[in-house]
Amino acid sequence: MMKAEEEHISLAIVGHVDHGKSTVLGRLLADTGSLPEGKIEQIRANCERNSKPFEYAFLIDALKDEQSQGITIDSARVFFKTKKRNYTLIDAPGHIEFLKNMVTGASRAEAAFLVIDAEEGVRENSRRHGYLLSMLGIAQAAIIVNKMDLVGFDRSIYERIVTEYTEFLARIGITPLCFLPASARTGEGIAHFQGSMPWYKGPTVLEVLDTFIKEEPPTAKPFRMPVQDIYKFTGFGDSRRIIAGTALAGSARIGDEIVFYPSGKKGRINTIESFNTEARTEIQAGQASGFTLDEQIYVARGELAAKAGESRPRVTTRLRINLFWLGKEPFRKKTEYILKLGTSRVAVFVEEITRVVNASDLHSDTDREMVERHEVADCILKCNRAVAFDLSQDSALTGRFVIVDDYEISGGGIIREALEDKQAWVRDKVFEREYKWERSAISLEMRAEKYNQKPTLIIITGQKNAGKKPVAKALEGRLFSDGKIVYFLGIGNVLYGIDADIKGTGNKREEHIRRLSEATNLLLDAGVIVLATAIELTRDDLEIIRTVIEPERIGVVWTGDPVTTDIPCDLIIPEPRNTEESVSLIKTLMQDRGIIFRPW
Amino acid sequence: MMDHLEQLENLSVHILREAYANFKSLGMLWSIGKDSTVLLWLARKAFFGHVPFPLIHIDTHYKIPEMIEYRDRLTREWKLQMIYGMNEDALSRRQTFPDGQVDRITCCRLLKTEALKSTISGEGRRYRFDHEKGDYVIDRNTDAFTGIIVGVRSDEEGSRSKERYFSPRDKENLWDVGDQPPEFWSQFKTDFKPGTHVRIHPLLDWTELNIWEYIERERIPTVSLYYDQGEGKRYRSLGCYPCTYPIDSESRTIGEIILELKSGKLKNVAERSGRAQDKDDGGGLETLRRDGYM
Repeated sequence: MMKAEEEHISLAIVGHVDHGKSTVLGRLLADTGSLPEGKIEQIRANCERNSKPFEYAFLIDALKDEQSQGITIDSARVFFKTKKRNYTLIDAPGHIEFLKNMVTGASRAEAAFLVIDAEEGVRENSRRHGYLLSMLGIAQAAIIVNKMDLVGFDRSIYERIVTEYTEFLARIGITPLCFLPASARTGEGIAHFQGSMPWYKGPTVLEVLDTFIKEEPPTAKPFRMPVQDIYKFTGFGDSRRIIAGTALAGSARIGDEIVFYPSGKKGRINTIESFNTEARTEIQAGQASGFTLDEQIYVARGELAAKAGESRPRVTTRLRINLFWLGKEPFRKKTEYILKLGTSRVAVFVEEITRVVNASDLHSDTDREMVERHEVADCILKCNRAVAFDLSQDSALTGRFVIVDDYEISGGGIIREALEDKQAWVRDKVFEREYKWERSAISLEMRAEKYNQKPTLIIITGQKNAGKKPVAKALEGRLFSDGKIVYFLGIGNVLYGIDADIKGTGNKREEHIRRLSEATNLLLDAGVIVLATAIELTRDDLEIIRTVIEPERIGVVWTGDPVTTDIPCDLIIPEPRNTEESVSLIKTLMQDRGIIFRPW
Repeated sequence: MMDHLEQLENLSVHILREAYANFKSLGMLWSIGKDSTVLLWLARKAFFGHVPFPLIHIDTHYKIPEMIEYRDRLTREWKLQMIYGMNEDALSRRQTFPDGQVDRITCCRLLKTEALKSTISGEGRRYRFDHEKGDYVIDRNTDAFTGIIVGVRSDEEGSRSKERYFSPRDKENLWDVGDQPPEFWSQFKTDFKPGTHVRIHPLLDWTELNIWEYIERERIPTVSLYYDQGEGKRYRSLGCYPCTYPIDSESRTIGEIILELKSGKLKNVAERSGRAQDKDDGGGLETLRRDGYM
């Protein structure tokens, strides 16, 4: 059990520009004797040199350009201590231009003070910041009505603000912890009372600070650990294969069966690894840890580890989300972005913008093509491959994501609903398959090392008569004579054999594709490179294949002109001069991707 | 129930692993001081005893000799990939503060910032420790680093309190403090334009006290310069000897340093108060840092 004095909590101070956030913070530091010796004197001397009045805010606004403009540009962190515990105080900027910095600062906090100027009253960013606190998942917020000295410490003005802001928060489903009147400039109500507000009987800012509850990691929820990496430091003479990541919820012990999503692969925890600690038998929420499995299964960064027998994460390619947008460019419908969720990173297509809300006046539009900077929206996203997550209301940490646009994190949001996609029926079968899968003692890695190749499916697609089959067969010949384990899988061989029961029974295309993929999956598990051809492979076809077989093990080649596909191709040969050249190009692609060895 | 140090450790480890997963060409700055040595230890935590990327030391030629000895000892003992670089041009032309040719800030800019830039980009010569030979050789690899892990802490001085965990630097290494990308929910900037790089700051949330508490808890080896050897003086922060002064203190052990920070006369004195260049930069490191200083 931790000593109370060692408890540490992060707290953000937010609110509209010029409402006195930095002054509240500066005053807190000064009145509790938390400043380094000579700091106040140094700032006072600086002010005198530049002939401007001293302000407590200058203690925080350490950057020169902020002092000259008198506004906080970026969140600053200040370390601070009360009798009860240690704090990191995050001063978030209130200027609309710097909303992305407010989000950055506030997201690091477990609780927040929202500051409102008694004279100015509730302003645009008082409301916008309140809205964002709720989206960011900051459940504890206390409201400071500051600058009471400017309104003569008038009780009715204070109460009018309390009423107005309580109503606003109620509309977005937030209940604040409390309201408190103060004047950071005179010090009234911050660390102690000076008698200007005899009508107020509540706590000081400092007292409220100590009542915020420290958030603990959700250890009682189902186990969740996004896989950050698989480590095998053979170069250092270390043969352990460690699956590393930070557990976000729940716990897992040695011997527990772990299932990875979206792949559905499973294994038991064999050891829990750590450096310079006692031997560990359990991983708990909040720990950056690593474990080894009793079997050498193929899992990759981006999967979500869960525990068999506990509630499963959702797996789909379609999400209903709430989004807040901070990007320089608007967030547009029918556009592709990068989604980062846990450790996964996938391309997403904006299927629909259902509703756009102005976070400051709650005005909403349903007929919009884009979401402008600082707006909030409900949208539907379609991912180019399945992702694993929880709904935000079930498990906040695994139900949120960010969107990357042009190299920058430009927005964030929470997942409200997992929507059905066209592959759901295939995915259910794959989970069943993986759960029942009888694993050989010879791992995929062992086979790959022995055969000196990575088992991969290469699909050659293009228009009818583009010469796909001759290329596939010539490639097979070339790889075979190089000593590779390679197999050309003729579609007909599957159609008339494995699909005999459904052949000619109406439109069974999806089931054909699923079975073809499953047959291929067996060959890949045996360590083989599989070559297949398909006439104008569609996005839907490819999505079924990518549901059955891990997307990393698939390469798609389009051959021939015109290019009439919207599927992502690894290689396009627009004008194949001859079969030989196409074969060389595909072989180079395979070497580039490390499927086969490149001598030099 | 985790205590605060464990929470800090877990976040730092998470950040290090994110950096390793996302940056193909990654290196870690190691100044030999207490912070970057804690960082090195955290890397061993993150990668289960290994450090799977090179450590980079910027040698100003004015480091206290014991620091260099300690660097090479740990390199050998922990099998580290050690690289150092320097501003050979400025050194050969004696454009340094101790040589009386430039002021402190310019000296820092030349011997640290410029040396760091050219070492990161690969334009400057790098020396790599060859474990076979037991000595440094010229590194043939001149690829630019795209991710640089640095041990800065937000409580050190004003501009560092505004830093991101993953902080972009443009082609000129400039830090645009007024326009930093958003960063939240443990998602970091891992996408960057060609020619730019990202500075990664796993120690941002640590305080000076946390660093010492962790050194004590983990028994991390540190340089003796931090402790009073009987002269009544010790270094609180390590840098180049012409610009770094020891403080008056009789703390001989880690425990005594912790006590001194918590309750003694250092409780309210800034850590870098022994660094002359900060004073010359208007009380902060801002000018230097915008320009690419750590």
